[in-house]
This record gives sequence, C-alpha cells and structure tokens, in this order.
Amino acid sequence: MRFDAAVVAVFLLTALGIVGAAMALGRLVRPNRPDPIKNQTYECGERPIGSGWFSFNPRFYQLALLFLIFDVEIALTWPVAAVVRSWVAGGRGVVAVVEILLFLAVLVAALAWLWGRGDLDWIRELGTLPPPGKDGERGDDA
Amino acid sequence: MLRLIAQRLQSWLNLPGETGAVLPALAVMLGAALLAFVFIAFFAGPVTWWERRVAGRVMSRIGPNRVGPQGVLQWLADGLKSFLKEDIVPAAADRPLFLFAPYLFFGGYMATFVVLPFGAHLVATDLSVGLLYLIAISGLVVVGILMAGWGSNNKWALFGGIRSAAQLVSYEIPSAFSLLAVVLATGTLSMQGIVRAQGGWPWEWLLFRNPLLFGMFFVSFAASLAENNRTPFDLPEGESELVAGYHVEYSGMRFLWFMFAEWGNLWVIASLATVGFLGGWQIPGVRPEVIDQSTGWAFAGWQALSFLVFAGKASMLVLFAIQIRWTLPRLRVDQMMIVCWKYLVPLALLGSAGVLVLVALVPEGSPVDWFLRAVSLGLGLWLIIAYVRKARAAYLADREPYRRLEGKDPWYPPYRLP
Repeated sequence: MRFDAAVVAVFLLTALGIVGAAMALGRLVRPNRPDPIKNQTYECGERPIGSGWFSFNPRFYQLALLFLIFDVEIALTWPVAAVVRSWVAGGRGVVAVVEILLFLAVLVAALAWLWGRGDLDWIRELGTLPPPGKDGERGDDA
Repeated sequence: MLRLIAQRLQSWLNLPGETGAVLPALAVMLGAALLAFVFIAFFAGPVTWWERRVAGRVMSRIGPNRVGPQGVLQWLADGLKSFLKEDIVPAAADRPLFLFAPYLFFGGYMATFVVLPFGAHLVATDLSVGLLYLIAISGLVVVGILMAGWGSNNKWALFGGIRSAAQLVSYEIPSAFSLLAVVLATGTLSMQGIVRAQGGWPWEWLLFRNPLLFGMFFVSFAASLAENNRTPFDLPEGESELVAGYHVEYSGMRFLWFMFAEWGNLWVIASLATVGFLGGWQIPGVRPEVIDQSTGWAFAGWQALSFLVFAGKASMLVLFAIQIRWTLPRLRVDQMMIVCWKYLVPLALLGSAGVLVLVALVPEGSPVDWFLRAVSLGLGLWLIIAYVRKARAAYLADREPYRRLEGKDPWYPPYRLP
C-alpha cells in the first residue's frame, strides 16, 4: 500500500519536474522581449473590451451539481459492483443484485425527475434568464 | 514488477532491512516514471504526424512530408520550434495560475500511467482500485483546464475552460457507468485483474461476452473521446467560435505541454478500452499462468509479445479515433449535452443493470452464456462486414471521377470512415 502510494507520488512529482526542467532549460535559449502591445489580452486583434473575468452562465453550475450527485453515487456503487461476482458464487447473489438495482432505480428516478423539470435542456426560454448586464457582463451567451 | 526489481536491487546492493529498501525502491520508481515519459514522448510525437497524414488523405491533400522521410520527423521539428519560442504571459493574466496550469494538466495525465498495463507484468504498480484511480486522477486535468481558462483573463479562454470542465464532468458519468458493467462482469477493480478475467481469443473478450457489454463498449469509447475533447466533442476548442479554447493565450513550450498531454491521452483512451473490453495483453492460446511461471529469457520474450499484442489493439483504436475525428462534424453545445444526459447516461444505466442481472443469472460456460457470446460475436462480425462493404462501395463510387480528375486511382483503402 505504501509502495503503491509512493509510486503515484513519484510519477506526479516526476511529471511536474519534467515540465519545470523543460521550462527552465528553455529559458536559456528562448527570447524574452515583453512589450505592452504583445502582452495585451488576445481578442482577435481587436482592442479587448472589459476584463475576461465576468459572471457566466449559471447552467454550468447546475451541471456541476448534477455531476457531483451522480459521481458520489458512482463512488458508492463501484465497491459493491466489485464483490457481486463473489457474492453470487457464495449463494448470496440476490442481496447484491437487489441492492444495486434499488440504487440504480433511485438514480433513474432522479434522472427522470430532472429530465421532466427541464434541467437537462441546454436551450431554455429566454424569459427565465436574467437580462444581460452592462459592459462585458453577459448572461445568455454560452 | 517494480517491487520485484526494487527487491532484487536491494539484495544486489546488499542494503539491510526496512530503511535499506527505500532508496532502491525510489530509484526504480523514478526510472519507471522517466521510462513512461519517454514512452509518452515517442507516442504523442509521432501520433501528431500520423494524425496529420491521415487527415491529409481524408481531405485529398498530402499532409506534412518534408522533415525526414515522408515527414516522420515533423514532430521533432515542431517540438524544437516550440522550445525556442518566446513564452508570453499576458499582462492582464493571473500570473501564478497561468504559469502553473500546464503542470497540473500534464501531471494529471502522466499519473494515469501508474496503472496502465503494457504487458503481462509491464505495469508500474497494479493498484487494487486501479480503474477508480484512473478516473479519479484524470480529474486533475479538469483543474488544470479551469486554471488555464480562468487565469488567462481572456473571454475565449474562459468559455473554453468552463465548457471543457462542464463537458468533462458530464461525460464522466456515462464513462463510469459503462465501466461499471466491466467491473460487474469481472468482479475486480484492478487493471491486471480485469485483463486476467478475459482471455486471448475474441470470444473470451468482454466485448463479446454478451450483447449488452458489446453496446457498453461504444458508450464507453464515445464518452472517453468526449472526455479528451476530441471531435465530434471538441467544442471547448472550436476554432471557429472560440479560436482555441482554454489555451488561447499560451505560446511556445507552455502551449506544447497541453498538446502533448492531449495527444498522449489518445493512448490512455485506447488502453482503457483495450483493457476493459478487448482482452488487454492476453496472447491467444497462452494462459497467463504460463507467463507467470516462465523465467529468464522466456519471461522477457512473453513480456515483449504481450506488449506487442496490447500495442496492436491500442493502435487500431487510436487509428479509429483519428478517423472519427476527421470524418464527423462537431456537435453543437446543446446537442453535446443532449447526447450525454439523454442518451448515453440512460443507456449506460440500463446496460449496467442488464449486465448485473446477466452476471447473477447466467453462470459462465452454460449454454445460455455460449449463446450470448455467439450473438455478440455475430454482431461484431456483421459490423465489420458492413464496414468493409460500405468502405468499398464508397471507394468504387469515388474512383471514376477521381481518375478523370487526377489520371490515377485514389488511395485504397480509403481513410475516411464510410
């Protein structure tokens, strides 16, 4: 177990180290001539309007919530799924199967509810959206 | 495998006990990590060239063919060029976030190589929760994308980053649920365990175990393509609308790390599908126990052979992914969400429930089991035959006009998907 964790850590650190080393080595050979025009935010050659940090669509927020719920359920289902075969072999298959099927049924019900509520639709009626704000703050553009 | 080498190294160096084990173990791990990096470099690089050549054939042009014979060294030239380019950081950007994003992106990608098996014993460490780990650690990539998107302080980058994150988290659900079917059918989460639960011959693969798993393979593959932001799911980078997405402000070497991980990720997708459904490194007609018990040169030979089998299957899937990319148009953002939540998620849920019932009711080796295998093998054969016939028909239809135009026959077989 400790060995496995160490392998993961070493792989991650090596990846970071390689990226860092390449960036550091590149520093020696690449030019570095900053320039106010060059360092401007890229907006296809136009002068950038407003900051890039504006409030964006809340639909992404709903998606994130949806994902969170489903992901927790996945994390709970997988361990049971891993032992189903051995339980079936041991004659306790019914318990595992009913358990997982119940769990999946809850998920399906949740999905059906969200579907019916219209949370899965990307295009909504414009009336339900807040009106677009001023300079650079857009509410309806995805 | 690594543990074994570390123990050998320890006894060879004559280091005592618990503390003496640390140094050789670390050295071996570092070696493995560097080896994985070399593999990524020698995969991701040439694959960019390969993809551009295939794209050229699909679009009736030539593609890069100047650097080296047929352009095979193009990736080296591209890498060198990026290395020498200036590293521009926009003045408005959040500097630390902007600078650190490629590190996380690449780190999260490379950490998946800990559990990917390349051959019978060629795996850094076979975690008992390998499949779950693979899904979890690739979450780091999302963090990197969000950091790049937000840190750039650029509208294109922000939209690309947010879209990409939304897409990645959405498609993780069907991906995980279709892999749930694999876990149900094999009863283990370890990557090597999943491979060992299958066999070398096609009818022993999970893909052809029953028709439901056959369908799950396509759900899983589509979801992993979407997770890697590849066409038809490459909205986060949609050139026509977002210029380049989350890496629009990056230049030179820092940009290269994003591309590096993205192309390298093709290997991860292909390996995941190979391990989960296509029997992994299993050599037809050779039981894994034979490999376990062999020693010396025979052992090394089996490793090499199993690697070749694995790489062959994975390369076919990589070619398939490339063909999909250059054949299908990009989805719109609402279509992408519909495909995920209204088709793939219910399909994956139903599919894994069905596999669960089959696992419980149909014992392995029973007549029903063989019937299901025969049905799914038939499905697979039908798919291959239909593919070849369609490709040939498309080729024959194109041949006459092409000959009139160019005076010679077009390339056969055609690279485009029919």
